[in-house]
Amino acid sequence: MSRNLISIQDFSKEEILEVLKMAAGFEKNPSQPIFRDKVVASIFFEPSTRTRLSFETAANRLGARVIGFSDAGNTSVTKGETIKDTIKMVSNYADLIVMRHPLEGSARYASEISPVPVINAGDGSNQHPSQTLLDLYSIQKTQGRLDNLFINMVGDLKYGRTVHSLLQAMSHFNPTFLFTAPEELKLPNEYKEYLRKRNIRFEETRNLSDGICQSDILYMTRVQRERFTDAIEYERVKNVYSLNNSMLDGAKPNMKILHPLPRVNEIALDVDNSDHAYYFDQAKNGVYTRMAIITKLFS
Amino acid sequence: MEKHLKVSAIKNGTVLDHIPAEQLFKVIDILGLSCISNQITFGTNLDSKLLGKKAIIKISDRYFESDEINRIALIAPQAKINIIQNFKVVEKRVLSIPSSIKGIAKCMNPVCVTNHQPIETLFTTITDENELKLLCHYCEKITDKENLKIISNN
Repeated sequence: MSRNLISIQDFSKEEILEVLKMAAGFEKNPSQPIFRDKVVASIFFEPSTRTRLSFETAANRLGARVIGFSDAGNTSVTKGETIKDTIKMVSNYADLIVMRHPLEGSARYASEISPVPVINAGDGSNQHPSQTLLDLYSIQKTQGRLDNLFINMVGDLKYGRTVHSLLQAMSHFNPTFLFTAPEELKLPNEYKEYLRKRNIRFEETRNLSDGICQSDILYMTRVQRERFTDAIEYERVKNVYSLNNSMLDGAKPNMKILHPLPRVNEIALDVDNSDHAYYFDQAKNGVYTRMAIITKLFS
Repeated sequence: MEKHLKVSAIKNGTVLDHIPAEQLFKVIDILGLSCISNQITFGTNLDSKLLGKKAIIKISDRYFESDEINRIALIAPQAKINIIQNFKVVEKRVLSIPSSIKGIAKCMNPVCVTNHQPIETLFTTITDENELKLLCHYCEKITDKENLKIISNN
């Protein structure tokens, strides 16, 4: 059984399903102060809105007390303290550490140093497993199942960590994928190879309107300006991958639009009132999923 | 025609043959040969049917455990290891690629934690289409042969 949550691949299919089941229980009854004697450290070395607030809400709803920082600028890191020393020190105070850090692999490293469980709340563009679990929870909740779904992933499939982790996690459930991305942001070959080895069907397209009608889930991601070397190319692509309400006409009734947020212009505001829009509920599901993750690691 | 050894024979020890010439100093580095007091002779840019130009290293009175010697498989997979006793080859060994590599190679990902904090690198080896690749234990990115950099022991 996993003691930490660093990469989505640390959890088996059974463990993932166990977390989702627990999350559903917490959604029914969100105030369960079962960890009154625990202290959770929330240490964020780079900015976050949803992840930090929902982890802290989750810990509070479980009765735990929360310590930590949301800006490494106020800590000894500015004096040159290493990750090792920071983690050694924090693990003296807390029973569980939730950590976000810009360096990739920092959470894995922290988990090897720390005597208490570590949850990776994002390490650069590498992994963000609690986001993946809340994505899975949202998919299961809206579709009533995880198996045999058509998932259309749109936008930055090259650098988007949520895309890579979700793809790996969904691989347990025989999905069909459509990858919709501009040439510059196509899914890297290593992930296509990953899917081929598992006999998972996928297709690629550059056209957003191609797959909307078939999709059960439309997983939108932000196309980030800083990923482009050519500013003109960014301007062109940014509008091509902008979803608006008129594009949803032929969508299946069960189709839901997910987005890890923050969104910029990839989903027009007129989509927000559509029955297909689910991204704000998805963010709410983050609290229940994170309550489940904390509970699993404490037990 | 009389055959001369380009690098003199040793009485006892280990001979590493068929090292690609350009990898000689990296092999020396990986095995930490610059830090030991044994007598070492080597030749490089020697003609080789297999490699074009090869290097050979002869180390007196020094024997290597498999784990230790297999580390050079990363850069010299075709190297042959001969164990010498009393001027005779008593054992020939071929290298096998270890399943993990600790502290020899640098992760090519510039934002990997191992490139910023005092951490020993650790990789899982992957053989993909006959090419050896390294999967970083920390950042989960792949370093291929083209981007492989050896961490100096010195």
